[in-house]
Amino acid sequence: MLVEKYAQEVNRILAKYPPEERQAAVMPLLYLVLRDQMVIDRKSMDEVAGILGISTTDVASVVGFYTLFHDKPGGKFRVQVCTDLPCALRGAERFMEQMCERLGIEPGETTPDGLFTVEPVMCLAACDKAPMFQIQSADGLEYHENQTVENALSLIEGLRAQVAHMGGLKRRRDHE
Amino acid sequence: MNNPSTGAGYKPVLLRHRDHPDLDNLETYRKYGGFGSFKKVVTSMQPDEVTEIVKSSGLRGRGGAGFPTGLKWSFIDKNAWPHYVVANADESEPGTFKDREIMEGNPFQFLEGLAICAYAIQATTAYIYLRGEFWKISESLDRQIETLEMAGLLGEDLFNTAYSLKIYTHLGAGAYICGEETALLESMEGKLGQPRLRPPFPPSFGLFGKPTVVNNVETLTNVPPIIENGADWYRRIGTEKSPGPKVFCLSGRINRPGNYELPLGTTFRELIFEHGGGIPEGGSIKAIMAAGASSALIPVDDRALDTPMDYESVPSLGAQLGSASVIVIDDTVDIPWLINKTNHFFKHESCGKCTPCREGTYWMAKISERIVTGRAVIQDVDLLHEVASQIQGKCLCALGEFAVEPVLSGIERFRPDFEAATNGMEST
Repeated sequence: MLVEKYAQEVNRILAKYPPEERQAAVMPLLYLVLRDQMVIDRKSMDEVAGILGISTTDVASVVGFYTLFHDKPGGKFRVQVCTDLPCALRGAERFMEQMCERLGIEPGETTPDGLFTVEPVMCLAACDKAPMFQIQSADGLEYHENQTVENALSLIEGLRAQVAHMGGLKRRRDHE
Repeated sequence: MNNPSTGAGYKPVLLRHRDHPDLDNLETYRKYGGFGSFKKVVTSMQPDEVTEIVKSSGLRGRGGAGFPTGLKWSFIDKNAWPHYVVANADESEPGTFKDREIMEGNPFQFLEGLAICAYAIQATTAYIYLRGEFWKISESLDRQIETLEMAGLLGEDLFNTAYSLKIYTHLGAGAYICGEETALLESMEGKLGQPRLRPPFPPSFGLFGKPTVVNNVETLTNVPPIIENGADWYRRIGTEKSPGPKVFCLSGRINRPGNYELPLGTTFRELIFEHGGGIPEGGSIKAIMAAGASSALIPVDDRALDTPMDYESVPSLGAQLGSASVIVIDDTVDIPWLINKTNHFFKHESCGKCTPCREGTYWMAKISERIVTGRAVIQDVDLLHEVASQIQGKCLCALGEFAVEPVLSGIERFRPDFEAATNGMEST
């Protein structure tokens, strides 16, 4: 599927590394998988392994090791709040608790509409701009810094409306 | 020109985008002499001459270890080819956010430094290993690399010589350990980011088993101005043994957190009170962590505040300068809580390869969690100290060694905080 859908990008990725060191392309290829589905399932691992000539176990161990690769489904948007020491000294823990409370979930959980997973993460190199979080989605990663609970929630509502709008468009297209 | 003791009249050498906001545009960067140094080395200098200048500048690695950069380059094995340069842009130490600002604001100076390093060791391929969270930065670096190729500053037969250079970005995916250079190389090869047993070191056995120099982003960003202005100019900034400018990352309980580029040897007092504006809400400063979460806690008194921040002076306070990520702790902060934060961090980030770190960080976090939730007795504090002591000196890489720094220094230097958090002696 990757090879057909993203042929050009797969080739561009493979060209970065010496031909005899294809395994180096495993992480970039896994990012391509995330772009489609935000979760790396067994089928995609098999495919990546096949492209690189390594075992699925090798791919699975890479997926398990790195925190940005998810093998279990979560929200469409992963709201990852840094609560590490420097951010915590600027109120990041309280920020995350209040945000979760307003969303009606516990840290680590996903909102009932399946859109947002809020999770604490380790340092994101934005210590001077806490509270902050990144949003990981199929579109990549985006930083949001110097946050208050209010503007974080309005950002979340904005994304929710956007998804509803896209859903509406798709339904209309399917109908036509 | 630059006064090392006060930084008065100091002009940034690394964070130059603060003076020239459009510096991430190649034309602007070239207007200020950009890529003149790279052209100069490729067209008029022998590779070893470049290494010699960097050696005599006294530049030391800015990633934390402070190892002399030119010396590292000179270790490259000339009997095995090809050679590689890998820029370490994995910036993940809690309290560190300088490489990010450099790559966002002044990316071409970093790329030029990387290119000069590649020429010095005759590498024709260089990689930038960025932490996965720097997704956007990696996208802009890709565009900037393309711009350089179109301008004839990267690619084949540069400046009509036989030298060619390609630069590629490579994204990690969330693992602190990949900042350790051999773990970074393993990760680049598509494996788990676990440190290698050393020796051999990367200059003889690095990426894909080939001779490799791994340098931090800030380190490489120092190189173009050294080539442009010479080693003597560089040595006039900073101190004799720690020459040059440094980006100090200031965070924690401070009025004006942020990056401050100052000469090495600037005092803690100047950074925290003059530049950082002191402690919020009229609080008083209690401790300093100078190297991010990987720091011994420095109890603050006048002597500590007047200590110059350089590689030689900070150890006199029983701590290290490391990446110069200064986290300010005020009197509202409970030290056992702080230790529990760092313990959970290192437990999460331990790669699991060596036993003292994998098991030790787990037990340290378990005990400190007991202390901060009021379920501990005073003997638990001694037990925590003992576990930390047993980890020390026994790990495969620095991660485990870093993990014990806050614990041992916290207990030894702030014991009353721990006693207050426990429920007296265990009854026998």
